[in-house]
Amino acid sequence: MSRKPLVRECPPTTWYFRQPRYLRYMSREITSIFVGAYCVLLVIGLQRLAAGPAAWEGFLLALRSPASVVFQFLCLVAAVYHAATWFNATQKAMPLQVGEGFVPGNIISGAHYVAWAVLSVVVLFLAGVF
Amino acid sequence: MAKSHKPVVWFPFAAGGTVIAFCIPVIVVLTFLAALGHVPAGLGYDRMHAFAASGIGKLIIFGVVALSLWSSAHRLRCTCYDFGLRADTLVATVLYIAAIVGSIASAVFLLRI
Repeated sequence: MSRKPLVRECPPTTWYFRQPRYLRYMSREITSIFVGAYCVLLVIGLQRLAAGPAAWEGFLLALRSPASVVFQFLCLVAAVYHAATWFNATQKAMPLQVGEGFVPGNIISGAHYVAWAVLSVVVLFLAGVF
Repeated sequence: MAKSHKPVVWFPFAAGGTVIAFCIPVIVVLTFLAALGHVPAGLGYDRMHAFAASGIGKLIIFGVVALSLWSSAHRLRCTCYDFGLRADTLVATVLYIAAIVGSIASAVFLLRI
Protein backbone atom coordinates (compact mmCIF):
# COMPACT_ATOMS: atom_id res chain seq x y z
CA MET A 1 0.00 0.00 0.00
CA SER A 2 2.58 2.49 1.02
CA ARG A 3 6.28 2.56 0.89
CA LYS A 4 8.30 1.67 3.89
CA PRO A 5 8.10 4.71 6.18
CA LEU A 6 11.31 6.52 6.96
CA VAL A 7 12.28 5.89 10.55
CA ARG A 8 15.08 8.06 11.81
CA GLU A 9 16.88 6.30 14.58
CA CYS A 10 17.64 8.80 17.27
CA PRO A 11 18.63 7.38 20.63
CA PRO A 12 17.06 9.90 23.05
CA THR A 13 19.80 9.79 25.68
CA THR A 14 23.00 9.29 23.68
CA TRP A 15 22.40 11.10 20.36
CA TYR A 16 24.87 13.87 21.10
CA PHE A 17 27.86 11.51 21.04
CA ARG A 18 27.41 11.08 17.31
CA GLN A 19 28.86 14.37 16.15
CA PRO A 20 31.37 16.79 17.67
CA ARG A 21 29.02 19.70 17.01
CA TYR A 22 26.25 17.96 18.96
CA LEU A 23 28.71 17.63 21.83
CA ARG A 24 29.52 21.33 21.64
CA TYR A 25 25.80 22.08 21.66
CA MET A 26 25.32 19.89 24.73
CA SER A 27 28.31 21.40 26.52
CA ARG A 28 26.57 24.75 26.19
CA GLU A 29 23.27 23.22 27.34
CA ILE A 30 24.97 21.96 30.51
CA THR A 31 25.92 25.50 31.51
CA SER A 32 22.22 26.12 32.22
CA ILE A 33 22.42 23.67 35.14
CA PHE A 34 25.13 25.73 36.83
CA VAL A 35 23.58 29.09 36.01
CA GLY A 36 20.21 27.85 37.28
CA ALA A 37 21.75 26.58 40.51
CA TYR A 38 23.62 29.86 40.91
CA CYS A 39 20.34 31.80 40.55
CA VAL A 40 18.98 29.79 43.47
CA LEU A 41 22.08 30.80 45.44
CA LEU A 42 21.33 34.45 44.61
CA VAL A 43 17.76 34.13 45.95
CA ILE A 44 19.15 32.53 49.14
CA GLY A 45 21.62 35.41 49.41
CA LEU A 46 18.78 37.93 49.18
CA GLN A 47 16.94 36.10 51.95
CA ARG A 48 20.06 36.22 54.13
CA LEU A 49 20.57 39.91 53.37
CA ALA A 50 16.99 40.67 54.40
CA ALA A 51 17.48 38.67 57.62
CA GLY A 52 20.10 41.08 58.99
CA PRO A 53 23.86 41.56 59.44
CA ALA A 54 24.53 38.30 61.31
CA ALA A 55 22.71 36.23 58.69
CA TRP A 56 24.58 37.99 55.86
CA GLU A 57 27.96 37.41 57.53
CA GLY A 58 27.00 33.76 57.96
CA PHE A 59 26.14 33.58 54.26
CA LEU A 60 29.51 35.06 53.27
CA LEU A 61 31.23 32.58 55.61
CA ALA A 62 29.26 29.66 54.15
CA LEU A 63 30.49 30.66 50.68
CA ARG A 64 34.01 29.73 51.82
CA SER A 65 33.32 26.01 52.27
CA PRO A 66 35.34 23.81 49.87
CA ALA A 67 32.17 22.57 48.13
CA SER A 68 31.10 26.17 47.58
CA VAL A 69 34.50 27.14 46.17
CA VAL A 70 34.37 24.26 43.67
CA PHE A 71 30.73 25.05 42.82
CA GLN A 72 31.45 28.71 42.20
CA PHE A 73 34.49 27.92 40.08
CA LEU A 74 32.32 25.66 37.89
CA CYS A 75 29.64 28.39 37.79
CA LEU A 76 32.25 30.91 36.68
CA VAL A 77 33.43 28.66 33.84
CA ALA A 78 29.81 27.95 32.82
CA ALA A 79 28.80 31.62 32.98
CA VAL A 80 31.76 32.78 30.89
CA TYR A 81 31.19 29.99 28.35
CA HIS A 82 27.50 30.88 28.14
CA ALA A 83 28.32 34.57 27.70
CA ALA A 84 30.93 33.98 24.99
CA THR A 85 28.68 31.64 22.98
CA TRP A 86 25.73 34.03 23.45
CA PHE A 87 27.72 36.98 22.10
CA ASN A 88 29.07 34.88 19.24
CA ALA A 89 25.48 34.04 18.32
CA THR A 90 24.29 37.67 18.32
CA GLN A 91 25.65 38.27 14.81
CA LYS A 92 23.39 35.47 13.52
CA ALA A 93 20.44 36.31 15.75
CA MET A 94 20.24 40.02 14.99
CA PRO A 95 21.95 40.96 11.75
CA LEU A 96 22.12 44.72 11.33
CA GLN A 97 21.36 46.22 7.95
CA VAL A 98 22.84 49.56 6.97
CA GLY A 99 21.77 50.76 3.54
CA GLU A 100 22.16 47.91 1.07
CA GLY A 101 24.59 45.78 3.01
CA PHE A 102 24.85 44.16 6.41
CA VAL A 103 27.21 45.18 9.17
CA PRO A 104 29.97 42.51 9.40
CA GLY A 105 29.15 39.90 12.04
CA ASN A 106 32.45 40.35 13.85
CA ILE A 107 31.59 43.97 14.59
CA ILE A 108 28.22 43.03 16.13
CA SER A 109 29.76 40.32 18.32
CA GLY A 110 32.77 42.51 19.06
CA ALA A 111 30.55 45.36 20.23
CA HIS A 112 28.87 42.96 22.67
CA TYR A 113 32.27 41.82 23.98
CA VAL A 114 33.35 45.43 24.51
CA ALA A 115 30.08 46.29 26.31
CA TRP A 116 30.50 43.14 28.43
CA ALA A 117 34.06 44.09 29.39
CA VAL A 118 33.11 47.69 30.23
CA LEU A 119 30.09 46.61 32.32
CA SER A 120 32.17 44.01 34.18
CA VAL A 121 34.93 46.48 34.99
CA VAL A 122 32.39 49.08 36.17
CA VAL A 123 30.66 46.53 38.43
CA LEU A 124 34.00 45.33 39.84
CA PHE A 125 35.00 48.95 40.47
CA LEU A 126 31.70 49.81 42.17
CA ALA A 127 32.01 46.67 44.30
CA GLY A 128 35.40 47.89 45.49
CA VAL A 129 37.51 45.11 43.99
CA PHE A 130 40.02 47.70 42.78
CA MET B 1 -6.22 28.57 20.48
CA ALA B 2 -5.05 30.58 17.51
CA LYS B 3 -2.69 32.65 19.58
CA SER B 4 0.59 31.20 20.65
CA HIS B 5 1.78 31.54 24.21
CA LYS B 6 5.34 31.28 23.00
CA PRO B 7 6.17 35.02 23.00
CA VAL B 8 5.35 35.10 26.72
CA VAL B 9 7.97 32.42 27.32
CA TRP B 10 10.36 33.68 24.70
CA PHE B 11 10.68 37.32 25.63
CA PRO B 12 11.84 36.74 29.22
CA PHE B 13 14.05 33.93 27.88
CA ALA B 14 15.85 36.18 25.41
CA ALA B 15 16.02 39.08 27.85
CA GLY B 16 17.22 36.69 30.55
CA GLY B 17 19.85 35.18 28.28
CA THR B 18 21.22 38.65 27.61
CA VAL B 19 21.15 39.56 31.30
CA ILE B 20 22.87 36.29 32.23
CA ALA B 21 25.54 36.84 29.58
CA PHE B 22 26.26 40.41 30.64
CA CYS B 23 25.79 40.26 34.42
CA ILE B 24 26.16 36.75 35.85
CA PRO B 25 29.90 36.25 35.11
CA VAL B 26 30.92 39.37 37.02
CA ILE B 27 28.52 38.56 39.89
CA VAL B 28 30.07 35.07 40.09
CA VAL B 29 33.53 36.69 40.17
CA LEU B 30 32.41 38.76 43.19
CA THR B 31 31.05 35.78 45.16
CA PHE B 32 34.01 33.64 44.06
CA LEU B 33 36.35 36.26 45.53
CA ALA B 34 34.30 36.11 48.73
CA ALA B 35 34.53 32.30 48.63
CA LEU B 36 38.33 32.58 48.39
CA GLY B 37 38.34 34.78 51.48
CA HIS B 38 38.82 38.14 49.73
CA VAL B 39 35.38 39.65 50.36
CA PRO B 40 35.07 42.73 48.10
CA ALA B 41 34.24 45.88 50.06
CA GLY B 42 30.96 46.19 48.18
CA LEU B 43 29.78 42.84 49.50
CA GLY B 44 29.98 43.99 53.11
CA TYR B 45 26.61 44.14 54.87
CA ASP B 46 26.35 47.93 55.05
CA ARG B 47 27.04 48.61 51.39
CA MET B 48 25.08 45.61 50.14
CA HIS B 49 22.13 46.54 52.35
CA ALA B 50 22.27 50.19 51.26
CA PHE B 51 22.28 49.11 47.59
CA ALA B 52 19.35 46.72 48.07
CA ALA B 53 17.48 49.34 50.11
CA SER B 54 17.55 51.92 47.30
CA GLY B 55 14.82 51.88 44.67
CA ILE B 56 17.20 51.54 41.74
CA GLY B 57 19.12 48.80 43.55
CA LYS B 58 15.92 46.84 44.17
CA LEU B 59 14.97 47.21 40.51
CA ILE B 60 18.39 46.04 39.27
CA ILE B 61 18.57 43.09 41.66
CA PHE B 62 15.01 42.00 40.91
CA GLY B 63 15.53 42.39 37.16
CA VAL B 64 18.73 40.34 37.16
CA VAL B 65 17.45 37.60 39.47
CA ALA B 66 13.95 37.20 37.97
CA LEU B 67 15.05 37.28 34.33
CA SER B 68 17.96 34.92 35.03
CA LEU B 69 15.65 32.52 36.86
CA TRP B 70 13.13 32.52 34.03
CA SER B 71 15.75 32.08 31.32
CA SER B 72 17.44 29.29 33.30
CA ALA B 73 14.12 27.52 33.77
CA HIS B 74 13.49 27.62 30.04
CA ARG B 75 17.01 26.44 29.23
CA LEU B 76 16.85 23.65 31.83
CA ARG B 77 13.57 22.51 30.25
CA CYS B 78 15.33 22.20 26.87
CA THR B 79 18.34 20.51 28.52
CA CYS B 80 16.11 17.91 30.18
CA TYR B 81 14.50 17.16 26.82
CA ASP B 82 17.87 16.87 25.10
CA PHE B 83 19.13 14.45 27.74
CA GLY B 84 16.18 12.20 27.04
CA LEU B 85 13.70 13.29 29.71
CA ARG B 86 10.70 13.56 27.41
CA ALA B 87 7.99 14.36 29.98
CA ASP B 88 8.07 17.94 28.71
CA THR B 89 4.76 19.19 30.15
CA LEU B 90 5.72 18.01 33.64
CA VAL B 91 9.27 19.36 33.41
CA ALA B 92 8.07 22.70 32.03
CA THR B 93 5.41 23.04 34.74
CA VAL B 94 7.85 22.26 37.57
CA LEU B 95 10.60 24.55 36.26
CA TYR B 96 8.37 27.52 35.37
CA ILE B 97 6.61 27.30 38.74
CA ALA B 98 10.03 27.19 40.43
CA ALA B 99 11.09 30.30 38.47
CA ILE B 100 7.88 32.16 39.41
CA VAL B 101 8.21 31.15 43.08
CA GLY B 102 11.87 32.24 43.09
CA SER B 103 10.97 35.60 41.51
CA ILE B 104 8.15 36.25 44.00
CA ALA B 105 10.44 35.21 46.87
CA SER B 106 13.17 37.61 45.77
CA ALA B 107 10.60 40.44 45.44
CA VAL B 108 9.39 39.71 49.00
CA PHE B 109 12.96 39.63 50.37
CA LEU B 110 13.79 42.89 48.58
CA LEU B 111 10.70 44.60 50.00
CA ARG B 112 11.76 43.54 53.50
CA ILE B 113 15.15 45.25 53.12
